[in-house]
Amino acid sequence: MKIAIASGKGGTGKTTVATCLAQVLAETGLRVRYLDCDVEEPNGHLFLHPEIYESKPVTVPVPEVDREKCVGCGLCAKICQYAAIACVKKKVVTFPELCHGCGGCARVCPAGAIREVGRGIGVAETGRSCKIDFAQGCLRVGEAMSPSLIRQVRDIPTGAELDIIDAPPGTSCPAITAIRGADFVLLVTEPTPFGLNDLALALDMVRELDIPRAVVVNRHEDENLSARKFCSERHVQIAAEIPDDRRVAEAYSQGLLPVIALPEYRPYFLDLWANVNKLATGTPGKEPA
Amino acid sequence: MKEIIIISGKGGTGKTSLTGAFAALAENPVLADCDVDAADLHLILKPKILETHDFSGGKQARIEPDKCTGCATCEEVCRFGAIRRIPAKDDISPPFFAVDPVACEGCGVCAWFCIPKAVQFEDALNGHWFVSETRFGCLVHAKLGVAEENSGKLVTLVRNRAKQIAKERNCPYLLVDGSPGIGCPVIASLTGADLVVIVTEPTVSGEHDLARVADLAKHFGIPVAVCVNKADINPGMADRIRVNAEARGLSFAGTVPYDKAVTAAQVAQLTIVEHDRGELGKAVRKVWERVTALADGKDTK
Ligand code: SF4
Ligand code: SF4
Ligand code: SF4
Ligand code: SF4
Repeated sequence: MKIAIASGKGGTGKTTVATCLAQVLAETGLRVRYLDCDVEEPNGHLFLHPEIYESKPVTVPVPEVDREKCVGCGLCAKICQYAAIACVKKKVVTFPELCHGCGGCARVCPAGAIREVGRGIGVAETGRSCKIDFAQGCLRVGEAMSPSLIRQVRDIPTGAELDIIDAPPGTSCPAITAIRGADFVLLVTEPTPFGLNDLALALDMVRELDIPRAVVVNRHEDENLSARKFCSERHVQIAAEIPDDRRVAEAYSQGLLPVIALPEYRPYFLDLWANVNKLATGTPGKEPA
Repeated sequence: MKEIIIISGKGGTGKTSLTGAFAALAENPVLADCDVDAADLHLILKPKILETHDFSGGKQARIEPDKCTGCATCEEVCRFGAIRRIPAKDDISPPFFAVDPVACEGCGVCAWFCIPKAVQFEDALNGHWFVSETRFGCLVHAKLGVAEENSGKLVTLVRNRAKQIAKERNCPYLLVDGSPGIGCPVIASLTGADLVVIVTEPTVSGEHDLARVADLAKHFGIPVAVCVNKADINPGMADRIRVNAEARGLSFAGTVPYDKAVTAAQVAQLTIVEHDRGELGKAVRKVWERVTALADGKDTK
């Protein structure tokens, strides 16, 4: 089973939920892998302190033009939708940072002048943190092609029974790439106007992808029920409410896993897991269009 | 006109609350919300929309079933797994093919190689962008469609339009609420800006992400000012962030305390300086003074 932890808004506690869940489930004997797909800002390693066994460069295929063979027909520039290859006065220039690696130019070149070479955009790392299998992607600074890297990290083969995917925040390409193929999505939010506004966007995204889902309310306060009201209006289940606790924020600030620093938090994540199982096997719940 | 971008690297550090406060403090600013993925600035600025525009960031493929012969060429050439094969009901007929619009990167390779020209390659409607009026000034903002891509292009569009308005109206400051992360939308929000304010928090992840996003700003040669929000959650680390920032040649714009009034202001749909006249408001004002001094080049420290 693959479960993705996502959130429309950043900083709602996505990484906390993902790492704590991985920790408590690994302790129960489940073979768990934590997969950090937030490749722009991977943070899980700061809490899990994994030992990295393998670090592989991740590349996207970009064109390399053999000037001897090129006949200057300009077809490569014509097929490219991203202005990553241009043909000016029969001379071809490439702009590798803009290339999405679609392979169109190499395919269309009548002279066989284009060869594809890998351009590094970051690294994919695998390792282990105590009982947890660990994998992460890390995007090179200045690099825009995070979806390609996420795709490759997401598809690292695994022997684990459960994959916990820490997805990037937001609702566009990086988040979607990380969530695709997951069996269940947990959307982490906080009960503030910004938090709920972004939760609404994230819910729309997950609904579009048609994946069963539930909400985790982080920094819950008993006197603030705005998240409960929102979720009941939007017909989405709340799988856990994690209380607002300055001690959690302090543990987090030092890079400690809240479930280790504050063992009384373990039941929250065990309950969360039980709820996910119930919801994942049942119907995702009907939502009005 | 000085363009100041407020970004955070890590999300949830209070970037948008601070941008709102700066909007209230700046004289005659133009505002741009470039966090198009999860735009929140409008929740406290309550804009009155004056113009609505369609946004098309690229093209998208669509297969016309009656023209498709089921040759499977599109499936073979698509590198993004966006062509779905739908088996025919009987075992004899060829399968159908359809494009998964969410996975399609709009590269057009399938359309180029489809012999019967069954693939339509057309402009996609990826969202909308708006020009609005707020109580502090003009706001340019956007809404990306559900599960849409090309947010980088939308960011560039929003920013360029805001810049143009700031020039036309002779506004001294353009304040841009940037996106989180270090990828394509962030790059689109900060290239060519006068100053980047990085709002961080004193946590291991805040510190880690600050380093990455500061490298990004450096990569594009843009001056950086660092602001630590919620500084009292871990004062020791807040201090370490300041020392490290200065050691790396970044300016330090000050600290803001952790305060529940930030959420209360959101609920009241006000900026933190309108809502709070105490310590929080004071700290934010001090940060803004330093930011303007840096943007105007009056602070050479
Ligand atoms: S591989 Fe695709 S994106 Fe890259 S240059 Fe060739 S046509 Fe353009
Ligand atoms: S398609 Fe091939 S031959 Fe034609 S301009 Fe491009 S590289 Fe040269
Ligand atoms: S390449 Fe064209 S004809 Fe062939 S399966 Fe695809 S859409 Fe149909
Ligand atoms: S346009 Fe490109 S990404 Fe989209 S379906 Fe065709 S080949 Fe695939």
